Amino acid sequence: MADTLWIGTRKGLFSLRAHQGRRGWKLAGPQFLGHIIHHVVQDPREPRVLLVAARTGHLGPTVMRSTDGGRSWREAAAPPAFRKASDGEQARAVERVFWLTPGHRNESGSWYAGSSPAGLFRSANGGDRWEPVAGFNDHPMRPQWAAHATPDGEFLHSILIDPRDPRHLYIAISIGGVFESTDGGTNWTPLNEGCAGDFMPDPEVPFGHDPHCVVQHPLKPDRLYQQNHCGIYRLDRPGRRWQRIGKAMPKKVGDVGFPIVLHPLNADRAWVLPMDGRTVWPRTSIDGRPAVYATADAGATWQRQDRGLPRSQAWFTVLRQAMCIDAHARTGVYFGTTAGEVWASSNGGESWRCLVRHLPEIYSVTHAA
Amino acid sequence: MACTVRIASPLRSYTAGAATLTARGSTLAEVLGSLEQCCPGIRFLMIDEQDRIRPHMRLFVNSNEAHELSAKVADGDTVHVICALSGG
Repeated sequence: MADTLWIGTRKGLFSLRAHQGRRGWKLAGPQFLGHIIHHVVQDPREPRVLLVAARTGHLGPTVMRSTDGGRSWREAAAPPAFRKASDGEQARAVERVFWLTPGHRNESGSWYAGSSPAGLFRSANGGDRWEPVAGFNDHPMRPQWAAHATPDGEFLHSILIDPRDPRHLYIAISIGGVFESTDGGTNWTPLNEGCAGDFMPDPEVPFGHDPHCVVQHPLKPDRLYQQNHCGIYRLDRPGRRWQRIGKAMPKKVGDVGFPIVLHPLNADRAWVLPMDGRTVWPRTSIDGRPAVYATADAGATWQRQDRGLPRSQAWFTVLRQAMCIDAHARTGVYFGTTAGEVWASSNGGESWRCLVRHLPEIYSVTHAA
Repeated sequence: MACTVRIASPLRSYTAGAATLTARGSTLAEVLGSLEQCCPGIRFLMIDEQDRIRPHMRLFVNSNEAHELSAKVADGDTVHVICALSGG
């Protein structure tokens, strides 16, 4: 399959397919017009398999599955859903399937999904039937871990599976924090030491933080990065204390943002896209001048990358699933905006060009090859 | 007992385009269960996993809005499935 960007939007699914060595891109779609597409993910174990997290504003949430590279789709027979509540128990219902992660490479057909309100789900048959992961969803601490939801509800995302051990999992909840399981999801512990929680009365609490996006390097799985509501962090396991590498960002830019992506081969290289977290938190490009920031030394220093991006009056936001990277030697970095534009760099962020405009608000941009 | 179910247009991709179907049951729960048999997946669009009607759905038995799946449905009744769209 050619390099493809799958673009999940507030009104449907689009794709951009590369030709002429990524010099040209052809837009296709929409598919699922009118549906909210939160995430689109290719299965690296079976590259023609794609899963989509979808819903409309007025119908229920679901998962769609393609086995032919996105040409045709079939709905999950049993979409992610919480178990039926007992008498007197809080009755939770999935409002949106927000995140999809393929399972471990040795567990063919396994997938994980994260939802809002915060729930973790697993499929063992390629995304057709989903079961709640009771170890998290029914954990006695879950009501406390996800107690500080914003009016939109809390989101479970950044489901990470250790490539060395399918039983070693990380998840993140906005708002709630990062959590780790070493037994396949039966037990969970918070992993938030060192993260700021500026919006909480006690900044040293063990959970209640707001990780926006957490990533794990595929070749160095003990290296985690996190773009948090309150800073950019790195954690090298088995350490448990996150280091705020965002302190090295320019003070006038700050280190607030949604996405963070990693170079597939070099665990010291990462890209973020800062947003305005000053005063009332506009969460737009800072001063209307969008810029990517890149590090090549694990966050010790950051370089501004804005060549080709608008120089003024560009007030978009890039959401947590809307930035991705490819595996070419000349690294492709991509992001989609809330203003419906997709921007691309084919040189590791040194220069940028707009691939498409006027799409609906973009929630997710993922690369498939 | 048989009733008529009128389907809102956003749901018709699950009914092969049909705007009206016949279903069986003496309660709304049974009618929707009957509908699910012929149109797999349609119930979860309207009813969540706790058996609650989703916020943007409205279900009527004849001209009476039903708020619970225990609502009675009589032979010859019409169940209306309506989507309450909002926003842009």
